[in-house]
Amino acid sequence: MTLANRDRDSDANDAARSIAEAVARRSYGKLVALLAMRTRDVAAAEDALADAFAAALADWPLRGCPANPEAWLMTVARRRAIDVVRHRVVRDECANQLLLLADEIDERDPSALPDRRLALLFACTHPALDAGIRTPLMLQVVLGIDAKTIASAFLTSPAAMAKRLARAKNKIRDAGVPFTVPEREELGERLSAVLEAVYAVFAEGWTDPVGGDAVRQDLAGEALFLGHLLVELLPDEPEALGLLALMLYSHARRDARRDEAGNYVPLSAQDPAKWHAAMIDAADVLLRRASTRNTIGRFQLEAALQSAHIHRCRTRRSNWAEVVQLYDALFAIAPSPVVAVNRALALAERDSPQAALDALAVFADDARLADYQPYWAARADLLARAGTRTEALASYDIAIGLSSDPAVRSYLQHRRARFSPS
Amino acid sequence: MQYLLLIYSAEGHWDQMSDSERQQGAAAYQAYTESLRKADAILGSNRLQPSHTATTVRLVEGKPQVLDGPYSDSKEQLAGYYLIDAADLDAAIAWAARCPGASHGIMEVRPVWTLPHEAKSGA
Repeated sequence: MTLANRDRDSDANDAARSIAEAVARRSYGKLVALLAMRTRDVAAAEDALADAFAAALADWPLRGCPANPEAWLMTVARRRAIDVVRHRVVRDECANQLLLLADEIDERDPSALPDRRLALLFACTHPALDAGIRTPLMLQVVLGIDAKTIASAFLTSPAAMAKRLARAKNKIRDAGVPFTVPEREELGERLSAVLEAVYAVFAEGWTDPVGGDAVRQDLAGEALFLGHLLVELLPDEPEALGLLALMLYSHARRDARRDEAGNYVPLSAQDPAKWHAAMIDAADVLLRRASTRNTIGRFQLEAALQSAHIHRCRTRRSNWAEVVQLYDALFAIAPSPVVAVNRALALAERDSPQAALDALAVFADDARLADYQPYWAARADLLARAGTRTEALASYDIAIGLSSDPAVRSYLQHRRARFSPS
Repeated sequence: MQYLLLIYSAEGHWDQMSDSERQQGAAAYQAYTESLRKADAILGSNRLQPSHTATTVRLVEGKPQVLDGPYSDSKEQLAGYYLIDAADLDAAIAWAARCPGASHGIMEVRPVWTLPHEAKSGA
């Protein structure tokens, strides 16, 4: 083999690999959903798909990429799944399973693969599964993220995570958890579990603003992918629209959260020119679409709040009264101390820092706030502005102690230094 | 799929009820059983005698060790069961929720083991 040949081969390899990776990213969940739809055997579907991807990496560099890579992978994975079934079941059962698999695909047009990802998402967030495993399970079976990566995002050991994921998949198969989108009357509650899970993924990714942690950075991207998918599959669900809008508004400001030196930049000091305008426009459109449905919900309100913050920073016109109103509405739907803290910060702008401190007084003994860093940072800031220096310093100390992000920690240390006597 | 719906219930509750309450309770179970039958979903069903009638048996050194009482001494005891045929877990849960046992006690939904599934040990 000449050197040129070898180069050509490695180019073909790279091309095949990158197409396989692109298909894996885009179609993983779709193919798992189709393969597992009737058998409910998610683990077997994943195994068959992994084999199909391996076959693709061996075959495509030699014969070129197929015109429809998704259909190619599906055909190979199905064949593989059927082989496995054939090996372990008696004849009648086998015929039955083959029929079930064939059911999912229109033989006249094998390229038109139906999209059952939504059903798979609902299966992953079924109430019969342990609540703590629903989000990791969704990440794995819809996005193909491995147990090790998920484990690091959820701060647990890869072995423990793999075990819990396997257990959940076994339960889906053995208990007969259905792959269906729930009926209308049940949809709301189940959908909110799916949306919560997607938002939890996004929040995981959001906690690493500098992108030093590739895993976390990816998670925000994956959550956006799922958010787009949900809107595509459920175009009329206002909360699905609201969630995607919320994530886009937040993501649009991602890079503005740090200056060139890597220092933390609070929202009020961010340069709107650094925001991703196209993402904000897309979020605006989504939020307007959601509001035409006339069903308010948590994610729409949170998105509306993000929109209000962005509008204020861009126009430099105060809209704190509107912001407080939105927080009031959010608190009525989802009364959490976290919402109360954010509402108080808006109240400080609309009325006074003391009004905000008064509003927070009722939460002083709330155990949920004892180690909630943003509460202590907010409290420190409010106390400092209200002129209560000693108390402010004590709150800064707690906030600094609870910070896990070094940039936030040093930002708070600077703020504290401004009020300390030395 | 086949599912066993197990009814767990606090014992003594039945005895404390008035005659008319007991009649009402029995009628509710009859109506439930009838609706399962109409849906062609029932495979079997029984009410059990209270747990003080239970006896546990295990082999100790090859000889049966027989003890008075139920295996579990929790407040809620197994009071009866329905063996049903349902399309999936959601259908089984829907039947469990309709059972009068779901209001006076707790229902446990258990899929019946069906072959073939290899690698159960991987769980």
